[in-house]
Amino acid sequence: MTTLRTLKRDLFLYLLVLPGLLFFLVFKIIPMWGIVISFKDYSPYLGLWKSDWVGFAHFDRLFSNPDFIIILRNTLAINVLSLLFFFPLPIVLSLMMNELRNKWFKGSVQSIIYLPHFLSWVVIAGISLIMLSESEGIINHLLAAAGYGRIDFLTNPDYFWGLLTLQSIWKEVGWGTVIFLAAIAGVDVQLFEAAKLDGAGKLRQIWHVTLPAIRNVIIILLILRIGHIMDVGFEQVYLMMNGAVSEVAEVFDTYVYRTGILQGQFSFSTAVGLFKSVVGLVLVILANRLSKKFGEEGMY
Amino acid sequence: MKSNLSESTFERWFYAANAVILIVVALICLFPFYYVFVVSFASPEEVRQGGLLLFPKTWTLDAYRYLLSTNTFLKATGVSAFLAVVGTFCSLLITSMLSYGLSRKRLKGRRPMMLMILLTTLFNPGIIPGYLVVRDLGMINSIWSLIIPVLTSGWYVLLMKGFFDSIPASLEEAALIDGSNEIGVWLRIILPLSLPSLAAFGLFYAVGYWNTFFTAVLYINTPDKWPLQILLQNLLIDSSTAMGAVSDSSLQDVPSQSKKMAAIIVSTVPILLVYPFLQKHFAKGAMVGSVKE
Repeated sequence: MTTLRTLKRDLFLYLLVLPGLLFFLVFKIIPMWGIVISFKDYSPYLGLWKSDWVGFAHFDRLFSNPDFIIILRNTLAINVLSLLFFFPLPIVLSLMMNELRNKWFKGSVQSIIYLPHFLSWVVIAGISLIMLSESEGIINHLLAAAGYGRIDFLTNPDYFWGLLTLQSIWKEVGWGTVIFLAAIAGVDVQLFEAAKLDGAGKLRQIWHVTLPAIRNVIIILLILRIGHIMDVGFEQVYLMMNGAVSEVAEVFDTYVYRTGILQGQFSFSTAVGLFKSVVGLVLVILANRLSKKFGEEGMY
Repeated sequence: MKSNLSESTFERWFYAANAVILIVVALICLFPFYYVFVVSFASPEEVRQGGLLLFPKTWTLDAYRYLLSTNTFLKATGVSAFLAVVGTFCSLLITSMLSYGLSRKRLKGRRPMMLMILLTTLFNPGIIPGYLVVRDLGMINSIWSLIIPVLTSGWYVLLMKGFFDSIPASLEEAALIDGSNEIGVWLRIILPLSLPSLAAFGLFYAVGYWNTFFTAVLYINTPDKWPLQILLQNLLIDSSTAMGAVSDSSLQDVPSQSKKMAAIIVSTVPILLVYPFLQKHFAKGAMVGSVKE
């Protein structure tokens, strides 16, 4: 009786959460259950239930495929470059922005460097193509005018990974400072004053006060980043890929798209995606354990 | 005394160098915008010859006039505008309803619901299983396939729930005693209180919908339902190959750089327009959150 009464009282609350729960059920939970097709030979005519079980056949096919090594290499190379060159930059940048004393100046810098984050990859790829074009791009016009040879930025496989890294830096580094600036803003001002009284200069204050204060945020972001080591933004690669660079450009997501959506090999491509997701999940858990072992908070 | 003096000179240099570096960073962020803007007003010949660097010799509106006269471009802009308006509204509605409900302790079964949502942030089953669900629901090539499967996400719900957690339950109880019903409390107290936070979420949703690309690559296969970003891809990236798919014959010749740049500007202006307005709300939302605690 009482449960019935509380149910009736809170009916409105249940109605509020219903559509959202339904959404998560249909578009997030059912797909999780849908990964069983990676252990089946899914045929659209037979449907999910009647398709035959094949065990790990699709995974065997993936691991024995020469494409696999290439895709793994490309994915890891792009992500290692990003970890080395992209990841530290927002930290450095937010430390620098925190030292700006003029509020108006700081606000303007923030407004400007956040902006590229809101552009689509289509626009960024489009701008890159135009600015870096071998025959018409401004960069090559400048190189030519300065007496250097023109460079085939867009079609030379040697430049492709670097190009992706630079694009990501231009688009996301500014936005990446948001979370660090928020963490720095939470630092007690008295700590800086105490450090100053103890004779610490600017650099020592940054090293001994600001950095430790944001250490936990850095570690959480690093854990998340490591969990994404198998992910490369589909849109960016898909748009920048061309015939000349496909050998260094194919990554897991573009491969899943090509074999799954374009060629209709739903079971095989689901297996590829599942492999990627499982590795990501394992890496997050490992990174989290590791950070706890070293006395950090971790995130779970 | 001497060491003090040298330290302050060091600090002066430190601040100056810091500011200069940040100005350079800001210029690097701005230059592509500026270049795109300038080229969109220049004559194609000038761009091709490489004379243009900072300022075009002649200004022309030809590229814009051309672009805004093509049906394909206007139609795709319409699709994206629909996504940005209707999609943002639906997303805000479903996200705020769910996260508000989850933030109230009297909701029974919160724990399993929260666990389900946490699970979705931890594990992603990949592209294909989600695609198959959308296909089995018969949404392929429907404009709703660009909205419904991406209405909300576990992260958004967790973030917004964090905001609603800061609204004390005593506030609603007081209103309930005063004779308001639950729906009245939700509409008259909770929603107005959370307006700044909703505006911030709205910015992200609207920009996300305006920039819709990946879901359209997956689900849309006729040009008349293309959102702007797919048309831009054709125009900017494979203009020489894929334009055959466009029925509008005027777009079929390879577009000049000025036309491409004009397309970028027109597609980016809406983002630039809402940006400062919502930035204000964004700051306010963050402030409201901190004052409450």
